[in-house]
Amino acid sequence: MAADVTIEHARETLDRWVREVVDWHFNPESGCPFWLDVVKKAGWDPRREIKSFADLGRFGSFEDEWLRGGPVQRWIPKGLAGKPVFVFETGGTTGTPKTRVAMEDFRIDYELFSATLADEYFPKGANWLMLGPSGPRRLRLAVEHLAQYRGGISFCVDLDPRWVIKLIKKGWMEHLQAYKDHVIDQAVTILEAGHDIRCLFTTPKLLEALALRLESKGTTIRKAGVTGIFSGGTEFTPQWNRFAHEELLDGAYMTPTYGNTLMGLAASAPTGPHNNYKIAYYAPQPRAVIEVVDFDKPDQLVEYGQTGRVKLTTLTKEFFMPGFLERDEGEREPACDRYRWDGISGVRPYRGFAATTTVGVY
Amino acid sequence: MLHIPILRWGQPYTSIDVDEVKHFATGEPIATVSRANGGLIQRDMRKASRAREALREIPIDDLIARVGAAGELYMNGELPMGDGTQTPEEFVRAQSATTGLPETMCRANMKKNAFVLGKMRDILTSLTRGLAFDVLSRGHGEERGVPISYQAQSPVVGLVLPSNSPGVHTLWLPIVPLQVGLVLKPGPQEPWTPYRMTEAFFKAGIPREAISVYPGEGDVGAAVLDSCGRNLIFGGTPTVDRYRGNPRVQAHGPGFSKILLGDDQVDRWEQFLDVMVDSVFLNSGRSCINCSGIWASRHTREIAEALARRLGSVRPLPHDHPDASLAAFTVPGVADAVSQSIDADLQAPGVADVTAKYREGSRVVKEGRADYLLPTVVHCESVAAAIAKKEYMFPFVTVVECPEAKMVDAIGPTLVCSAITCKRELKRRLLDAVHIDRLNLGPVPTVQLNWLQPHEGNLIEFLFRPRAFQSADL
Repeated sequence: MAADVTIEHARETLDRWVREVVDWHFNPESGCPFWLDVVKKAGWDPRREIKSFADLGRFGSFEDEWLRGGPVQRWIPKGLAGKPVFVFETGGTTGTPKTRVAMEDFRIDYELFSATLADEYFPKGANWLMLGPSGPRRLRLAVEHLAQYRGGISFCVDLDPRWVIKLIKKGWMEHLQAYKDHVIDQAVTILEAGHDIRCLFTTPKLLEALALRLESKGTTIRKAGVTGIFSGGTEFTPQWNRFAHEELLDGAYMTPTYGNTLMGLAASAPTGPHNNYKIAYYAPQPRAVIEVVDFDKPDQLVEYGQTGRVKLTTLTKEFFMPGFLERDEGEREPACDRYRWDGISGVRPYRGFAATTTVGVY
Repeated sequence: MLHIPILRWGQPYTSIDVDEVKHFATGEPIATVSRANGGLIQRDMRKASRAREALREIPIDDLIARVGAAGELYMNGELPMGDGTQTPEEFVRAQSATTGLPETMCRANMKKNAFVLGKMRDILTSLTRGLAFDVLSRGHGEERGVPISYQAQSPVVGLVLPSNSPGVHTLWLPIVPLQVGLVLKPGPQEPWTPYRMTEAFFKAGIPREAISVYPGEGDVGAAVLDSCGRNLIFGGTPTVDRYRGNPRVQAHGPGFSKILLGDDQVDRWEQFLDVMVDSVFLNSGRSCINCSGIWASRHTREIAEALARRLGSVRPLPHDHPDASLAAFTVPGVADAVSQSIDADLQAPGVADVTAKYREGSRVVKEGRADYLLPTVVHCESVAAAIAKKEYMFPFVTVVECPEAKMVDAIGPTLVCSAITCKRELKRRLLDAVHIDRLNLGPVPTVQLNWLQPHEGNLIEFLFRPRAFQSADL
């Protein structure tokens, strides 16, 4: 998206896409049982009444609990019946995780993200290392697809974040360290195995651990061959961003991202000394929209620069999720040259949950 | 506003992430403090050996003189504080304003720290039991014709410091003259002492590369503990339990300090009332050496009543008032939670809050943003009461009725035990009791320390390993 695209144009594109997605999900021929059932009970027809993104407020807040438990088939749109279905999970350290069905979304999301990566740092054809949460999360498959889409091969290290969170909650810090070491051992082994890995996905904490390990071996991430890193998965502060650039990366390029199984991947606007390493994320509109809303009135946006809770809307043919209040908060950012819609900076755990949120090594 | 940076081996580093340190009563920001991150510490610790190397270039005798001079500077000098400077009075006001400790207590703690720095030679001589200091520098030597060797177990000591008790800083002051570097993580509300002491050290000629200061959150404390071969941490019982048996960490927590009255002396308990009051009340009852339990076989009701009469009239005063004796709780909700916990324990049979009749209403007093807990004396008819082994960060004491024969076993872990008895058999049992750390025989207030003696373990034994060593000419 270039600067010559106006904010109004981006908004029109979003509204048009909203109408198309709503038409799909609430058409008895193509919609999923969950939403068709909602419409039946609600007594109004979204296909007639939803004309724009703003109209999605009529759905109210999307309930977290709707995604927990089965049957997961109720989320499969009839219009996509017969396609191979993936199910991805989020949460689930204790209790039932949230699930999202997917067919092609994770591939589409990462192909769009691919367009934001500079070939200079993420060369086409280069091999990747995926050093992050695996198992029932979409990240492993998504990064693997990203690598393949760009002509490379993705190596992967197993990491179970639920076990990490349990270790932290139990206070088994020695086990936590051992597990972290185990993960980093594998990453270093792959990097040193002659696979010509030049691109990396990892979380901030694992990136730090990897960089420190390599430094202790007399080398660096850059000297190990890595030229480009996209990182995300846990909180990413400007200070850490600066620390990484100044002291960990040895010239390798890193771009922060914000995303999850429910949304996809929000890329960040360029950061560096010019903006004091501030990180502003922009959702992949129109397929997903991030709003920063008042803590007490989630139907109201906060002013630019003000703090609010993340409200997420996912709009794809595979998944419709209007107005989901995330477990994060941050500051509302205006559109930038590259992304002509609102963004968010300073993302961190929502204060209402922060005390009970455990952030692991992943 | 004053900004206090991170010090990375003495070099200031201003973080993008900053925390405000606020006045406990008004909420007014007093300073901003740069917040470190864990990885930054782990990286810096790769150069930890340089801290000891720099200190070893200066003989211990010289270092003792320099820390003595640092004590003078700390006590009387105008010293750098972040991007500004601070006089001793400004230091006291700032420390009081952010910790809730009355200014009189801040001044008293300053004197304590300066005293330790001024008496460093005596303290080290005592802690090393007269060892020639150059043995620690060189790693080996000879004593009474026998080769000896002491090996430093870490080039630096990590310290995760508290916000609520500036008196604990005396524990780490002997580390630098032992030629071991410091990695300090200040308490969030008390950056003042670590920074002032560090600047006093620098001005007195301690090499900058010997000391790092990393303010921050929990991840910073964890990184310090992970990265340093030896650490001191201050916290509650869960912290102490967590690090029990970990040779790299000496955890300092609640003291559960006690006064025991033997059957031979208990009938003249009134003569020891001042010792009891001082033990419970000085330093606002915040210290691990404050008494939280007075045990006797009889007269316990009268003792509790007399203590309550003395302490029951104490009320909070402004923190700059010369007679202020109660420290504020600066973290919202803590005082209420403590009070509720006490009230829950008071439901047990045979347990009574003797101070209740000396106050109107709750033991929690709210003054603006600050909370205070009024001194509380609880009588327990039996050692079985759960509250008999509780300790809180304010003048709180239980007076527990217990037969003398059962007393030593029943008191449980006790940092300071002042036993008022002349009975030989009881003294013998107290001397043998391994769950008692500091033992005072006679009417010695639990808060009275002899600085020439080890506190919660000998620092030398924690930092240095005695080992066999032989050499032959080549």
